[in-house]
Amino acid sequence: MSSLLDAYAEVAGRDVVSHLQQLTSPLKGMKVVHVNSTRTGGGVAEILEKLVPLSAELGLDARWEVISGSDEFYQCTKAMHNALQGLAAPISRPLLDAYEETNRDNAEELRALLEEADFVFIHDPQPAPLLGLCSARRGRWVWRCHIDASRPYRPVWRYLREHVAAYDASVFSLPDFAQALPHPEYIIPPSIDPLSDKNIDLPQDEMEQVRQEFGLDPERPVVLQVSRFDRFKDPVGVIEAQRLARKFVPGLQLVLAGGSAADDPEGEAVLSEVRSAAGDDPDIKVLLLPPDAHRKINALQRTADIVIQKSIKEGFGLTVTEGLWKGKPVIGGDTGGIRLQVVNYHTGFLVRTPQGAALRIRYLLQSRDRMAQMGSKARQFVRENFLLTRHLREYLTLMVGLHYGARYRIELG
Amino acid sequence: MSNNKYSPAEPFALKDCALIAIATGRKAVNLTELRDHIRDVNIDSIYHHFWGGLLGARFEEREFNNDIATWCRRQLREPALAEQLAVIDPVEHKDLEDLRRELLEIIDDRLDESETAHWLQASRPFEFIRTQLVIFDTGTRLARPEALAEVIPELSTGTIFYHFIDARRRIQGGLDDFSYWLTGFEKPYTALIRGLAGIDPFFSSLSQIREKMTKICLECRDRGEE
Repeated sequence: MSSLLDAYAEVAGRDVVSHLQQLTSPLKGMKVVHVNSTRTGGGVAEILEKLVPLSAELGLDARWEVISGSDEFYQCTKAMHNALQGLAAPISRPLLDAYEETNRDNAEELRALLEEADFVFIHDPQPAPLLGLCSARRGRWVWRCHIDASRPYRPVWRYLREHVAAYDASVFSLPDFAQALPHPEYIIPPSIDPLSDKNIDLPQDEMEQVRQEFGLDPERPVVLQVSRFDRFKDPVGVIEAQRLARKFVPGLQLVLAGGSAADDPEGEAVLSEVRSAAGDDPDIKVLLLPPDAHRKINALQRTADIVIQKSIKEGFGLTVTEGLWKGKPVIGGDTGGIRLQVVNYHTGFLVRTPQGAALRIRYLLQSRDRMAQMGSKARQFVRENFLLTRHLREYLTLMVGLHYGARYRIELG
Repeated sequence: MSNNKYSPAEPFALKDCALIAIATGRKAVNLTELRDHIRDVNIDSIYHHFWGGLLGARFEEREFNNDIATWCRRQLREPALAEQLAVIDPVEHKDLEDLRRELLEIIDDRLDESETAHWLQASRPFEFIRTQLVIFDTGTRLARPEALAEVIPELSTGTIFYHFIDARRRIQGGLDDFSYWLTGFEKPYTALIRGLAGIDPFFSSLSQIREKMTKICLECRDRGEE
């Protein structure tokens, strides 16, 4: 077994890795290409960073390609992302033109690779038109939607549907996110990588160093939200929750740590709103971290008493998974994939308002034993259900399924 | 229900499987819609909601043995109906169509007897899922039942699912593959078969089932009953 597979066997179990090896055997040597629009920042890039090398270790010819575009392209895809999450805002024709033109430009570079691939995974709306631009394709194409598209703004969805309907299959994180499409719609929740810098165990002194760097007082409790500065993550609501809870928990500290993603042009505006809401409060730290600050985020999550993800809309919420993996109870917005991970009184609490979040912060900080029990359950829950190995197993199953036809039972060997 | 593919007393071929969920696009928010979808949905979806969930992500202990009963209790707040649906033993039915008919009869009875059952709205919809199962041969063969005590602790949860859960759909009488294999030997493995039959697959995770099977196999071996 290779050292990478050995390392995963150590964390996830030897039987899990052996399972992956057997599932890969009918696919050995096949060309698999993943395409998205950013190599750094955001959950998709983090998943692909390890999913692709691990696939290669198992014997697939796996590659990851990134498309790039103009500012107008990113404005358009951000608007598309918002519209899929329900924001009723039309996208202007010039922006859609930029979207199509960017895809045409990228198709020129990627066409040969994509047309000869056995499987192509197109992640999210950004590269979706590539299928229509690769007419000599010979493999199976899968559109992977990481977004909560359960109640999309219909005019934008109708436009995007034109680009994704011709795929051989699509993948959504939850059944509720799936839209009517004329092909099989697989349900695969995402995952975290237990061996990445963001999730690996850290030495105590490194955590202490990070605590000092950001001026956090170890004698007072810390609540933390890690996410992009995005209105759907409700960072201003988290500040309100901290202020409500602080009346009962004097000295409560809040950290809002956000990265910026290369494909998110709205981040700066939201960051400015958050800074304005935080004012000069010394117990609210608003941190803009670079996309490679994985170990710092890891340390902050381990240092925090409670992890919050008070999203109003959420595709899956990998920061929730990360918090649970570090043995922290999570207070999460009652939406999307957070519901799959946060179970009231077991792994954390689901909330709908800043008031609800404040109430749960107070409850948890008054019940330290309960917090420890919940944290222990949370880690085990992630180990069994949301590690990268489970994610890859489901992608491999999907590939075998598409390769051998859509029958209910496929018996190999 | 089809017969199993291997004969008793022949080497036991250990298989493994992986299962993936596929959305059907069907959702029900009240009992009438639930009944209508159960009537028409792909039969694989009925399988998923009784069996497939055992191989998927699960946190809380199951209160009921199938997703439909759980939804009626938690989302529709119909506790009596949930209990009636939970009593259904899927292995007693000759095939999944027969199972579908029983589901429909119980729901129709409830709709006939209760006016309120018609207009109750669920807090979250029931989403019909179907599954695709990929089965592969591990290449491992067991010649004698005595090997089970050593092998079972090492089995993947996919193998446990295939031989201990999925088998009940394939073998007449709802037996698991191990028990079926054991019946083919001249030497009786009665205690082991009885022990395996005592594991209720609906209320344990697959890793818990593996632990219970291991314990039973070790006890039988140590008592010299294998």
